[in-house]
Amino acid sequence: MNFPSNLKYTKDHEWLLANGNEATVGITDFAQKELGDIVFVDITTIGQKVLQNEIFGSVEAVKTVSDLFIPVTATILEFNKSLENNPEAVNTDPYGAGWMVKITIENVAELDGLLSAEQYKELVGE
Amino acid sequence: METKLVPLNDLHLSIGAKMVPFAGYNMPVRYTSDIDEHQCVREHVGVFDVSHMGEFFVFGKGALDFLQLVTSNDVSKLSIGQVQYSYFPNEQGGIVDDLLVYRLENERYMLVVNASNIEKDWQWLQQFKDKFEVELENVSSNYCLFAVQGPLAGEVIAQLTEADILSLGYYTFLTTTLVGINEVIVSATGYTGAGGYEIYIKNEDALYIWNKIFEAGKPYNIQPIGLGARDTLRLEMGYCLYGNDLNDFTSPISAGLSWITKFNKSFINSTALLKEKTEGTTKKLVGFKMQERGIPRAHYEIYNTQNHLIGEVTSGTQSPTLGQGIGMGYIPAEFSQPGQEILINIRDKKLKAIVTKLPFVINNTRP
Repeated sequence: MNFPSNLKYTKDHEWLLANGNEATVGITDFAQKELGDIVFVDITTIGQKVLQNEIFGSVEAVKTVSDLFIPVTATILEFNKSLENNPEAVNTDPYGAGWMVKITIENVAELDGLLSAEQYKELVGE
Repeated sequence: METKLVPLNDLHLSIGAKMVPFAGYNMPVRYTSDIDEHQCVREHVGVFDVSHMGEFFVFGKGALDFLQLVTSNDVSKLSIGQVQYSYFPNEQGGIVDDLLVYRLENERYMLVVNASNIEKDWQWLQQFKDKFEVELENVSSNYCLFAVQGPLAGEVIAQLTEADILSLGYYTFLTTTLVGINEVIVSATGYTGAGGYEIYIKNEDALYIWNKIFEAGKPYNIQPIGLGARDTLRLEMGYCLYGNDLNDFTSPISAGLSWITKFNKSFINSTALLKEKTEGTTKKLVGFKMQERGIPRAHYEIYNTQNHLIGEVTSGTQSPTLGQGIGMGYIPAEFSQPGQEILINIRDKKLKAIVTKLPFVINNTRP
């Protein structure tokens, strides 16, 4: 399984790629594997401020549904519209074409509390 | 309760299955992808290891009379080599389990029951057997069951036996020799609507037969299929799953099982069920398709268009064939007509759905 070292991770299996106070967020390779075929990504919070670890949307797989939790307090700027017709990109390319939202981070200091690739790997027992 | 393992557990792990606890067993839920596995069965052929299912032998002079009492369908109609879908009614108007009844010999039958109910069914049957000259044997842990399903299943299995399995009608079976193994039951049944066979094999022969099936199936791109795809396949057909759509409290009449409830004989609770059938039930199990993007799941609420709570989803999923959410649930009979608009409460959004005639997808089972 793939855990790029330039990303930050959460125990809820999201990843975050920070660029200044903006960031891209998605779910990890481990998460997509656990969920199985993803058929629908539902983001209900565009334009809203979401507090750290609160729900910003949900991801529906054939077999199950899971909430999506924002890694840091942020405003949701943009949803990856290509997922509307191609949700399987979350399975095939979770860190690339399968990204879910772009956000503006409220307080970049919160990034320090997120997991490194090494720590996340340990968490999921890889 | 300790999770049990099927005899081929190690094989499933070695070929990459994700295993999950189901009905007390650790079972393969998927090998690659639910959708790929689903399409593999609809379009060519796949194999499920459903060895968790339970098998009871029922034999003796009183076997027929005993089965006529405890099951809802008319067992006297079964010839040797035929299979019947049936259920065990309880005395409170509900269902102990749904099952298949095989007539193996004149006075010898096999019952195939749900894994989660093996113990319950066994205890249930003990209460009634003393009045009959009948013996019961629980052989669940001695047999493996492989479901080889899909339009090309016949071409695969025909290579493994000299028996004419291609001319087996739906819901008939043969006890035959398969790749040199005697006494294998090859049954033209399944839970997918894709056509194919269910094969009952003694544990000691299971690995050998599994491998032979995959050798014969290689030119047809045969694949192992998990319980994830099993659920989407059965739901596209509108087949009930015990524990979801049927349980100890659901009425078989409401569930649409009148066609396997035969009142030309008397059986457990038949008087009350006949009354229910004659008077009509207040609730009905219906199928529905989502009209908006959303996937219904068990226990989601069902509302009418006036926003009144009218029922609950019992099974739901995304149909890989239709690319749309489908489900089943019990609602008042007045809303049960195909075309009726209803609302499904999906994560606090009430989304439109339409009551739909079952099956959702045309089946490929031969008559």
